Amino acid sequence: MASKTMVSFSLNGSEVDVVVEPRELLIHTLREKCQHTGPHIGCETSHCGACTVDFNGMSVKSCTLLTVQAQGAEVRTVEGLAEGGTLHALQEGFMQEHGLQCGFCTPGMLMRAYRLLQENPDPTEAEIRYWMAGNLCRCTGYQNIVKAVQYAARKLRGEAAETSHPLIEAGAAHAH
Amino acid sequence: MIPRPFEYHAPQTLSEAFALLGAHGDTAKLLAGGHSLLPMMKLRFAQPEHLIDLGRLAELKGIREENGAIWIGAMTTENELIWSALLQTRCPLIVEGARQIADPQVRYRGTLGGDLSHGDPGNDHPALMVALDASFVLQGAAGERVVPADGFFVGTYATLLEPDEILTGIRIPMPPPGTGYCYAKLKRKTGDFATAAAAVTLRLAGGNVEHARIALTNVGDTVIRATDAEHALVGKPFDARALDEAARLAMAACNPVADLRGDVDYKRAMAGEMTRRALGTAYERAANPARP
Repeated sequence: MASKTMVSFSLNGSEVDVVVEPRELLIHTLREKCQHTGPHIGCETSHCGACTVDFNGMSVKSCTLLTVQAQGAEVRTVEGLAEGGTLHALQEGFMQEHGLQCGFCTPGMLMRAYRLLQENPDPTEAEIRYWMAGNLCRCTGYQNIVKAVQYAARKLRGEAAETSHPLIEAGAAHAH
Repeated sequence: MIPRPFEYHAPQTLSEAFALLGAHGDTAKLLAGGHSLLPMMKLRFAQPEHLIDLGRLAELKGIREENGAIWIGAMTTENELIWSALLQTRCPLIVEGARQIADPQVRYRGTLGGDLSHGDPGNDHPALMVALDASFVLQGAAGERVVPADGFFVGTYATLLEPDEILTGIRIPMPPPGTGYCYAKLKRKTGDFATAAAAVTLRLAGGNVEHARIALTNVGDTVIRATDAEHALVGKPFDARALDEAARLAMAACNPVADLRGDVDYKRAMAGEMTRRALGTAYERAANPARP
């Protein structure tokens, strides 16, 4: 068995040190050693993107990265999205637009969209679909995920972030 | 999901990398983006005892103009290719091709050099590089040699790269203004390897085809250059008859294997259709160079 190494990296702004075998995948370190169990595992062929985290300013599938490669890296997971208990615009968007059902793909979807909106703050629907194509979802059929990302993009651009959901709009109007 | 144990090395310089390759011989594998190697290791198709990570070698990164050619470091990622202003303006075929490779996350990690060194006939860059007449810089501890892309791929997962060599860079002759291009890829879904695909560069002169290069993806045990189809086009007007003949000759050059993407006849037919579409688009782009 290969000797273990200590790896230090930043996880949601906090320094962490872990001792791992070289073969340990980052997803397993995050889930099992760091107890960040938001990132999920949905496949073993690098397709599904449920394990997506932000890694040195890139969206990466943490199932296809060795933890030893994370030495000195800045890693952000879904647990690091909300600030001071306030949801990130994307989390709010996914909630308001019904962009999740079982929630298994959601942490990866959120982290991918987090990077996408920094690279392209005003994406078209086609661009959202193209640049989110590394994330599979079994539940939603993607339609509401697109709306959720659009909602968050509007909010992050400082525009009014109104839900597309007619009943919520009607309900909100009724309450006034 | 769980790879076999191995020792991990992260050299800081190329000479350190060569020393490690020399010390561990064929029990070692080079780790680039890791998006072909790690998946194979997770399924235990590959079980190297040593991984030599090239990720910290800055000298293997970058895209620049050099002596009238384009130089791309082997560790340059797919997204870096897509976002390169130099490639977008001077060599858009690479951008068009890279946009059809895998998905965003994979493209943050997967590298041009890794896609080529892997030698998988399903990969897209081999055909793009053959269509662009690229050359590969192979370095060993003793020095470097430069080999053309056309001829580098010798079989499935087999290339001219020796076990003690590292593909360090890719050189692409600057495509002359007015070069038409296209990568037409048929795939079942985003992120899939091609059922069939065709990479084309095309130039016109005086109403005739002056230059044509056609390379086919995933319809043989390696990339296939459709030289007969090229010959059928050069020196003649680009018309329906020439296009039919080129597509027919491209199909004749194929040697696909049946799998879940289709049987031999289907793949061969689709190689012809992708050739037809790539040539058509490349012709339009060559004839109307102002239009992107």
